[in-house]
Amino acid sequence: MASVDRIERGKLTHPDVHRLDDVNRDVLKILSAPGKGWWALFAFAAAGVALFLGSWFYQIVNGIGVSGLNAPVGWGVYITSFVFWVGIAHSGTLISAILFLFRAPWRQSIYRAAEAMTVFAVMTAGLFPLIHVGRVWHAYWLIPYPNSRFLWPNFKSPLVWDVFAVTTYFTVSAVFFFLGTVPDLAAARDRATGLRKKFYTIISLGWQGTDQQWHHFGKAYIFLAALATPLVLSVHSVVSWDFAMAIVPGWHATIFAPYFVAGAIYSGVAMVITLVVPLRKIFGLEAYLTTKHFDAMAKLCLLTSLIVLYAYLSEFFLAWYSGEEIERTAFWNRLFGTYWWATWIMLVCNGMVPIMLWFKRVRYSIPALFVISIFVNIGMWFERYVIVVTSLHHEYEPFAWGVYRPSVTEMCILLGSFCWFGFWFLLFTRLLPPIAIQELKEVLPPPMRRKPPAHSDEPVEVRA
Amino acid sequence: MSALKVGILASYEYLDSTVDAIEGLRKAGFDEVKAYTPYPDHHIEHALGYGQSPVRVWTLVGGLTGAAAGLAFTSWTSLDWPLVVGGKPMISIPAFVPIIFEMTVLFGALSTVVGLFVLSRIPNIKPAVVYDPEFTAGRYGVYVEATADRLDEARRIMNAQEPIELREGDVASV
Repeated sequence: MASVDRIERGKLTHPDVHRLDDVNRDVLKILSAPGKGWWALFAFAAAGVALFLGSWFYQIVNGIGVSGLNAPVGWGVYITSFVFWVGIAHSGTLISAILFLFRAPWRQSIYRAAEAMTVFAVMTAGLFPLIHVGRVWHAYWLIPYPNSRFLWPNFKSPLVWDVFAVTTYFTVSAVFFFLGTVPDLAAARDRATGLRKKFYTIISLGWQGTDQQWHHFGKAYIFLAALATPLVLSVHSVVSWDFAMAIVPGWHATIFAPYFVAGAIYSGVAMVITLVVPLRKIFGLEAYLTTKHFDAMAKLCLLTSLIVLYAYLSEFFLAWYSGEEIERTAFWNRLFGTYWWATWIMLVCNGMVPIMLWFKRVRYSIPALFVISIFVNIGMWFERYVIVVTSLHHEYEPFAWGVYRPSVTEMCILLGSFCWFGFWFLLFTRLLPPIAIQELKEVLPPPMRRKPPAHSDEPVEVRA
Repeated sequence: MSALKVGILASYEYLDSTVDAIEGLRKAGFDEVKAYTPYPDHHIEHALGYGQSPVRVWTLVGGLTGAAAGLAFTSWTSLDWPLVVGGKPMISIPAFVPIIFEMTVLFGALSTVVGLFVLSRIPNIKPAVVYDPEFTAGRYGVYVEATADRLDEARRIMNAQEPIELREGDVASV
């Protein structure tokens, strides 16, 4: 005999959503004809994509010399942006997989947008190594296969690990994302007409919501979440080893893996806030994305900002404490050398600005969170710039020191990459339900014929 | 060749009515009861008597295959053209762990999805005998197939829980 516990969580997180089909009505409304604001943003993003592809094409035609990359700084804006975008991706998986395993009741409203962000951010990140290598027609060399002398790639190299990590991450997060949308695509199918109905019929794979489908789906989802959880931690650890395995002062530190993972989640949560604030405003989703959700995200941001700040400080401390002349110089150079401004932008945006999140009034103010999240995005890009560029430009031998200035092409590609990301995200908000319809229903109170007695905590018997 | 069967589908507004209808049908000896829900609900799974899903076997086998493949691939390629790199042994397990790990996750995840597809019979865009598009919105459904002699009994049990509507359709004979 089954008994139904009264589900109070839905009432806490979504007090203004009353019926199960309200969710379908409100979320599927977004998929109907787009408004002027959306078209304006989309046109802007499309123009940016043109800039992105145009600049890349210019670089392909004229060679990698059009970038500022040269000895000694062989890694610049492209690798910085690669690490930045991979980092952005991470909090999507954190929200969708890790918070799913921990049963955090606030993740349901955000996770679809966060997961989409993950997929598009990895897509963007994956382009940067291809841009960076210059001769992109040789990009297939990344695939592990023996060369013409039958020599295989060196599997002891972190760069080869990175290829495996990023491709696995993209595949698994794309599959996880798609699988989670299937029941919602079926919901869209059942409401759509004409050509849209055909589209949703095909991509919803014939989902009907039978007990058998839900049963296996639920279990598969748990296992995928359990696999994605260590995966997300491994990916940014592997990215950090691209640096930490080298002996460059400023890179060669055992703290790098956790430091990078915390930074990734920090920047990703900030990006989720940046994306979700306009999403909520434009599509009128106030009942689904409440201030409680933003408060929870702000707390996650605050926690990770503290970890990141701790990592910064311990890096400086250990450089001093090591007594190593080169190491000390490298970190002194970070604060007061050629790139002092980048380091201070990083410290202010990532360490100082989030201190405001200690205050409840700030955490509950959506405009304030939006502004802070932009600061964090900027700060986290500069963090990677500081790590990549300041370490390389000032290594061991004074004759090999040099200064790197990003070229106009590099800046255009960087700006274009944001538009490329936005382009896909805007398409996503129109084609797939941006809020998880079925998962939201799990936290809403189920409709009952036998109403539970008011002001009672007694569980209600299903059978009379 | 079996007798002609009729599929009956009841749409309910309430969760407890749905659970009662399922339990009533199962008690009356209808084994192949199918439920439709807008979200996964453990009360319905419980009423239908579900145990563990075999998806977990797919995940385990896929993960182990990936781990074995990762170890075999890195070791074999290192021995295929022996070249000492960085003074490390030819087969240096710690350096291969990231590759082995990523392959475990990749194979495990993909085989979980394949397992899900096989077990829940998707993709399948062939329409069901009877279906109510409100199931993905807010209604619960109970579907049962009955031969002519048990049709009235099934209808009676399903109607007892006051469905919003009752649909029927002929099941193509096997």
